[in-house]
Amino acid sequence: MKEFKVTPIRNGTVIDHIECGMALKVLRIIGVSGTNVHSPVSVLMHVPSSKAGFKDVVKVEDRELDAKEVDKIALISPLATINIIRDFNVAEKHNAALPDVVRGIVRCGNPSCITNLKEPVESEFTVESKNPPVLRCIYCDRILEDIAEHLQ
Amino acid sequence: MNFKGKDIVSIRDLSREEIDQVLDLAEKMIPYAKGEAFTKVLEGRILANLFFEPSTRTHMSFMTAMSRLGGRTMEMAHPSMMSVAKGETLTDTIRMVESYSDVIVLRHPYEGSARLAAHFSSKPVINAGDGAGQHPTQTLLDLFTIRREFKKIEDIKVALVGDLKYGRTVHSLAEALTLFGAEVTFVAPANLQMPRETVRQVEKLGGKPKLTSKLEDVIKEADVLYITRIQKERFPDPAEYQKVAGCYRIDNDLLREAKRDLIVMHPLPRVDEIAPEVDATAHARYFVQAFNGVPVRMALLQLVLGGGEL
Repeated sequence: MKEFKVTPIRNGTVIDHIECGMALKVLRIIGVSGTNVHSPVSVLMHVPSSKAGFKDVVKVEDRELDAKEVDKIALISPLATINIIRDFNVAEKHNAALPDVVRGIVRCGNPSCITNLKEPVESEFTVESKNPPVLRCIYCDRILEDIAEHLQ
Repeated sequence: MNFKGKDIVSIRDLSREEIDQVLDLAEKMIPYAKGEAFTKVLEGRILANLFFEPSTRTHMSFMTAMSRLGGRTMEMAHPSMMSVAKGETLTDTIRMVESYSDVIVLRHPYEGSARLAAHFSSKPVINAGDGAGQHPTQTLLDLFTIRREFKKIEDIKVALVGDLKYGRTVHSLAEALTLFGAEVTFVAPANLQMPRETVRQVEKLGGKPKLTSKLEDVIKEADVLYITRIQKERFPDPAEYQKVAGCYRIDNDLLREAKRDLIVMHPLPRVDEIAPEVDATAHARYFVQAFNGVPVRMALLQLVLGGGEL
């Protein structure tokens, strides 16, 4: 008999196929800190997956993610899928695909980059590779190491 | 190609054809740069020379270039005396200065500052060095020096020597040389060798770069020795610095092994990398290289300001 460790949700978002070990970073991206949510959030880590061996899954009840959050998730887990659930059914399904240019969601890791001063400018990166994500700052021209650490 | 209004932020912004166009015009600028011919092609135009960091050659050669074309240069007072010291953003400085001038030349300690300035300025911005970032006019004058010497860049064997890790200028030069078909060798101690990213980029452009730590491996074959300064502050142990710096010192003993027409280049300032005795040999080109900054910068100013016939 199939065992459900976490029950299906009525309304909300299921972020599936998250790269193993990245679930807690996804929680940070969507701003879940443990004290600021009013509906259940389920985190599954190291779940067997037919595609990738193992995966993480995050289920957030009564909340639909916006496009910026989806882009951020794509940066740390490019194979993730985002399922919007309405009344127990998958109403929308998105792949967390990265755009060609990433603006304003991650800051440059180069401390000598002008964008890290108080200039009135949004950070901007060209996406040189989508999987694994490789970002190059359009200002200082450096490749961003450790994307997850620099999410805004 | 129409350059009028174009920003010159990184050498990567220019195609091979555009670089050739700059170098061809620089060739025509030489008699004007030497003061043997006169022109007022940029009369009435104003260059804003914004140097937030000290510079000798770049700063003076831009001033000379603009004057030789009949234009004027507006100098920034020392940054500590300006509103920058009161906390003004670079963006605001640029917005103000663009309304006072026709072209902005910017040297700034932060990487990406020229791209930011170009983003906000409706007047062309020329990057005169952004920290450890790009310095496209240096790359152009280096290419110009080699092309003038050998009448081509293709197949010329260029050894880049010294600190290849930290200076982005030498990374851009390696890429630009490869774009023109030169054969590059990187000569550096293992801890200062060319970053893998640049080696990969050179390979992507069709180059087959060689890496070595020994000058002796290249001295007999090289057409150009391009020396960069090894900075003391990169070494925690001064003895270690002395050992490394000594390995790459160019002197007449070493040059006895070299081809007769080998040239020695250096972006200057030099410290101990080239012995003064080399200055008097037929190999020394670093002062010619410094002069070449004038015709190259004249060509760029003429192109981005869309001046008429000389």
